[in-house]
Amino acid sequence: MMLEREVVVVGAGPAGLSAALEAARAGASVLLVDENSKPGGQLFKQIHKFFGSRDHRAGVRGIDIGAQLLDEAQQLDIEVWLDAEVCGIFNQCDVWIVRDKDRSVTVRARRIILATGATENAINFPGWSLPGVMGAGAAQTMINLHRVLPGQRFLMVGSGNVGVIVSYQLLQAGGSVEAIVEAAPRLGGYGVHTAKVRRAGVPFYTSHTVLEARGTDHVESATIVQIDSAWKPIGGTEKELSVDTICIAAGLTPLVELAFAAGCESFYSPLLGGMVPWHDRSMRTSIPSIYIAGDISGVEEASTAMEEGRMAGLSAAHSLGYLDHEQFTTGFQAAEARMLALRSGMFGQKRRDAKAAIIAHERG
Amino acid sequence: MRRIGEHPVLGPLPDSEMVRIVVDGEPMLARKGEMIAAALLAAGKQYFRKTIKTQEPRGIYCGIGRCTDCVMTVNGIPNVRTCVTPVEEGMEIETQMGYGHWKQER
Amino acid sequence: MQEREQREMELKQSGAPSLQELHESPCYQLPPKERRALAAVIECIEGIPCNPCETSCPQGAITVGDEITNLPVVDLEKCTGCGICVAACPGLAIYLKKYLFKENLAYIAFPFEYLPLPEEGQTVHMVDRLGHMVCDGTVLRVVKIKKNDRTAVVHVSYPNEFYEEVVNMQRLPRTD
Repeated sequence: MMLEREVVVVGAGPAGLSAALEAARAGASVLLVDENSKPGGQLFKQIHKFFGSRDHRAGVRGIDIGAQLLDEAQQLDIEVWLDAEVCGIFNQCDVWIVRDKDRSVTVRARRIILATGATENAINFPGWSLPGVMGAGAAQTMINLHRVLPGQRFLMVGSGNVGVIVSYQLLQAGGSVEAIVEAAPRLGGYGVHTAKVRRAGVPFYTSHTVLEARGTDHVESATIVQIDSAWKPIGGTEKELSVDTICIAAGLTPLVELAFAAGCESFYSPLLGGMVPWHDRSMRTSIPSIYIAGDISGVEEASTAMEEGRMAGLSAAHSLGYLDHEQFTTGFQAAEARMLALRSGMFGQKRRDAKAAIIAHERG
Repeated sequence: MRRIGEHPVLGPLPDSEMVRIVVDGEPMLARKGEMIAAALLAAGKQYFRKTIKTQEPRGIYCGIGRCTDCVMTVNGIPNVRTCVTPVEEGMEIETQMGYGHWKQER
Repeated sequence: MQEREQREMELKQSGAPSLQELHESPCYQLPPKERRALAAVIECIEGIPCNPCETSCPQGAITVGDEITNLPVVDLEKCTGCGICVAACPGLAIYLKKYLFKENLAYIAFPFEYLPLPEEGQTVHMVDRLGHMVCDGTVLRVVKIKKNDRTAVVHVSYPNEFYEEVVNMQRLPRTD
């Protein structure tokens, strides 16, 4: 069965929702597709208040920003398919979707916006496959979405913002965080995030990693160890921790399969998570009908994902003839400016440079 | 491993209709519509399956339906991702040993 | 840059800024002991793009500026100690303090997003930036208003000899 839509957005997280909203506001007919039974992506797990300025809805909790976006989508009457997995993109325009794990549908789209996000990285160590070792995001999903604490005594591996924020949320959920280990010599997350967790009594160990997890049917204990400048464990520094859960916050990798399966050119950006689809300033990939937004284009945060989503939505709609030049430019530049404001300062500048390198890259 | 009752941001645990599920032959109650994995973790289940060759225990890893670590046999169908499959009244869930067994022809 | 990195070592090792790092930062100001009114103290020493403290203050006492990565500075002349910024800061990096509450007691009002909340009159353990218990405090008020969006602000009196060290309270044991 072949249907036709003007704009198909894959992924209803913050980037996809924002893209769908802008494209719909511009007048395009939009189909928003998500494999989950509920939209929102990672947004509905972010129970903390966001940073930024008023324009970025700073001070508002991620869950409430998500609710606002969903509300706007409902008001614009955007067509949304949930429990719908996009399995392939053919001829740069035919989107193959499996609905409800039951039936195939192909949608011919004039424009496709891929907003499929990123997946958590794993690190391997003896015992890593034991029940109780999970991604930090998995723990966050369990506590904030499903209201279940997946353990009681946690070890967090990784001190980036994900590791520190999830640690804080584990405390809020009633768990205890026995330690946060960071392989690098310096903690990665924002100082205000680490400070919150530190004053709650959670110790940080820099230049440390998890050596081993032990247990019969489940994690029962873990050993952490100091590492030297060559990332090798230093004998004699092992510390055993009585934990039942080990959360891995070792970064994210963009979910790029659909983009590359469709034939999009790639660009390698280690800072942004690895291989990403190349894109220009308007968020368009090497394939003129395909745009990207959010973590698929480089791992950042929900706030930047929303602005990129807006940019992609506006660009896709404008390329179809919607919005006159001034309307498009005003909206686009406003979103771009808000996005660049988030990519500033000691943490943001590196991302700004990495993103600029993608756009500046001369394609072969 | 337990349900979170009162939460400082999410508020109190809302009331929910309960459904009856059977886990390894034992009946238990779960909140209607919640993911199987969440119900099992709330009940303190230590592992969800054992691996094919070495019978090692496995539980959840990614929690969002991508890694397939959490699969169990549900209503006679093996390899069901429990972290993205909601419970249903009368659902039969079994700790999957290895490949698991298809209960019936599909 | 190297010197700055040296100075930042504590924050990026223990997770909390040392007093020296705070004192060297342009934004941290411990309200003078003789000040009669509560004043906001901001412990935000990294330039991240964020300014709800500035936009939330009804007195315009907090300045970040056009570059939202600038560190926030509190104008103690304008600050009335209302506490709106304490709940508005997404990083929970602001509290109110004063040295002269009564007798030998200082006063702090800090953000708190855990359960259970303490009750008025309760004795709680006060902690320093590393989470170590420093002294006991007496809860004076627990403010939970809708505008603060689930960030409670807890007002506590504590021995003023620990004026600068104390920043928060130890979480209470859960009852569930």
